[in-house]
Amino acid sequence: MSLILSPNIENPDAFYQELTEAQRDLTDAEANAMNARLVLILANQVGSLEDLRDAIELAGATAA
Amino acid sequence: MLNTYEFPEFDYVQSPEQTAGEVVRHPVVVVGAGPIGLTAALDFAARGLKVVVLDDNNTVSVGSRAVCYAKRPLEIWDRLGVAKPMLDKGIEWKLGRVFMRDQEVYEFDLLPEDGHKIPAFINLQQYYLEEYMVEACEKNPLIDLRWKHKVVSLKQGANYVDLAVETPDGIFHMEADWLLACDGANSDVRRMVGAEFTGQFFQDRFLIADIVMKADFPTERWFWFDPDFHRGQSALLHKQSDDVWRLDFQLGWDSDPEIEKRPENIIPRVKAMIGEDVDFELEWASVYQFACRRVDNFRHGRVLFAGDAAHQVSPFGARGANTGVQDIDNLSWKLAAVINGDAPEALIDTYHDERAFAADDNILNSTRSTDFITPKNGASRLYRDAVLALSRQFDFARPLVNSGRLSSPTPYVESPLNTADADAWEGAMVPGTCAADAPVVEDGQPGWLLEHLGEGFTLLVSGLAVKPVEAGTFTPTVLEIGTHVEDVEGKIAERYDLRDGAVYLIRPDQHVAARWRSFDPDKIRAAIAHATGGDLK
Ligand SMILES: Cc1cc2nc3c(=O)[nH]c(=O)nc-3n(C[C@H](O)[C@H](O)[C@H](O)COP(=O)(O)OP(=O)(O)OC[C@H]3O[C@@H](n4cnc5c(N)ncnc54)[C@H](O)[C@@H]3O)c2cc1C
Repeated sequence: MSLILSPNIENPDAFYQELTEAQRDLTDAEANAMNARLVLILANQVGSLEDLRDAIELAGATAA
Repeated sequence: MLNTYEFPEFDYVQSPEQTAGEVVRHPVVVVGAGPIGLTAALDFAARGLKVVVLDDNNTVSVGSRAVCYAKRPLEIWDRLGVAKPMLDKGIEWKLGRVFMRDQEVYEFDLLPEDGHKIPAFINLQQYYLEEYMVEACEKNPLIDLRWKHKVVSLKQGANYVDLAVETPDGIFHMEADWLLACDGANSDVRRMVGAEFTGQFFQDRFLIADIVMKADFPTERWFWFDPDFHRGQSALLHKQSDDVWRLDFQLGWDSDPEIEKRPENIIPRVKAMIGEDVDFELEWASVYQFACRRVDNFRHGRVLFAGDAAHQVSPFGARGANTGVQDIDNLSWKLAAVINGDAPEALIDTYHDERAFAADDNILNSTRSTDFITPKNGASRLYRDAVLALSRQFDFARPLVNSGRLSSPTPYVESPLNTADADAWEGAMVPGTCAADAPVVEDGQPGWLLEHLGEGFTLLVSGLAVKPVEAGTFTPTVLEIGTHVEDVEGKIAERYDLRDGAVYLIRPDQHVAARWRSFDPDKIRAAIAHATGGDLK
């Protein structure tokens, strides 16, 4: 697996805050729709099918 | 409803064997005179086989069925001499447009390169297609087409099949060395041999309406997601011949097919799509539900399956009849070789290997399209809608929009009949791929490469004169580029990476069996044996 699983986000607290801020006033349905768009935008950024596959598998296998 | 087409009624004739009450053994019997059974009859006859075709009806396809025929099946029909009336009557097209609401989000060109005899696609009502093939069958002395003959039961013997056939004169028995079931998605034969037919049903309904109108929409495939005239669902518009247009409205799972089928409910939907003031008449309308399924094995003893009897797909990629015709292309030369004693029976098993592989590829593509159009659950609907929303503004999302990936041949890359490459090659013509066409000139006359491929195997060579390679009945025809025909536009060199001294071995169904950078008769003979089951168990 070539996914980066060590910390790699530039400023974790800032990112997390901006993500949740962006959805603060949204209904669940609106937030879900936005999340779907976000996944697609990020997926295009990643590009590699192998990496995307690994990420899907990892997300699915992680205990909630 | 209006009819632009008059359905022929073919005569029932009692067969001499039924009159005499004698059981006759036939080399090949085809069940079903739909597009696939008729293609089978023509191809078997082209390979010298006598064939009996049984159909329980006495006319051509009724109602809204296939519209789009792709380049490869048209090339096969061209090889069989029946493509011309189809091309003359059909409507040529290659551009598809996909709209989200009223904005275009995606466009595809199905044949971006030129230098092919056959267009990317034509649209033609299925009844015309069948009518032209029936005419060709009736002219062929090797084909015995029997209407109002329904197969009601069958029994497999050691190396033959016993059939009970019902006609207006009662039931009689006949035998076949080989039986080809082309009796459609609800195949009786499949049930009679106990074959499994499994896959996925889609929880959705579609209203398919064929209307007659004079309109100047372009000859393109137009597909809408969530259009203003049919909110929350998808719709499709496509031109056929005789000013008939195919309209397709997604209805959703909760819709009531009986209510939707009523003209008073269809007409407002159509008007909303094409405009209040466009004159039209309904020709035919039905409500469909779609499935993607495949038979467990294309061969059960002496019974073989082809077309919808072997695989069913949703129509969004126009893959049904198109792929069924390629089943026949694959089977006919093998069956002829086995019946004539030139190849072992194991060659027939490679029909399953190659065509089940293609069927799975078609089912994969059709399932992906249908899942996009009819999302499986809330989460897939969210992603689908996200793709559509993003695609209105951003290019990156557009390739994810899936309104149907249109039929194209599946290369048999895993076929046991291929001889693997030992040299390095450019381009797409890997073993198992169907041969690309290219313009050629012979004695100053323009023509096409595919027209010059032999009935049997062909050796395509470039830049050298070769001696014939003796391989018994499989002795290949030699086609020397530069001697027999000229590669005037350099397309053969380009598409095949065929340069000085290179050799391609092409199968009777115009698929690449093997290729080499130099000419070696022993390797060629070995590859022919390999491609004809000569070294199979
Ligand atoms: C709405 C719609 C749109 C489509 N669009 C396209 C498209 O654009 N392009 C495409 O390639 N495909 C398309 N298809 C699919 C296409 O119509 C089928 O794949 C095609 O008709 C299959 O041909 P077939 O010969 O296998 O079977 P069928 O056409 O079903 O023919 C079977 C024949 O067998 C006969 N028969 C059945 N049982 C018996 C029996 N017991 N004894 C004797 N005879 C029997 C029947 O009378 C019939 O004549 C579409 C289908 C639908 C429904």
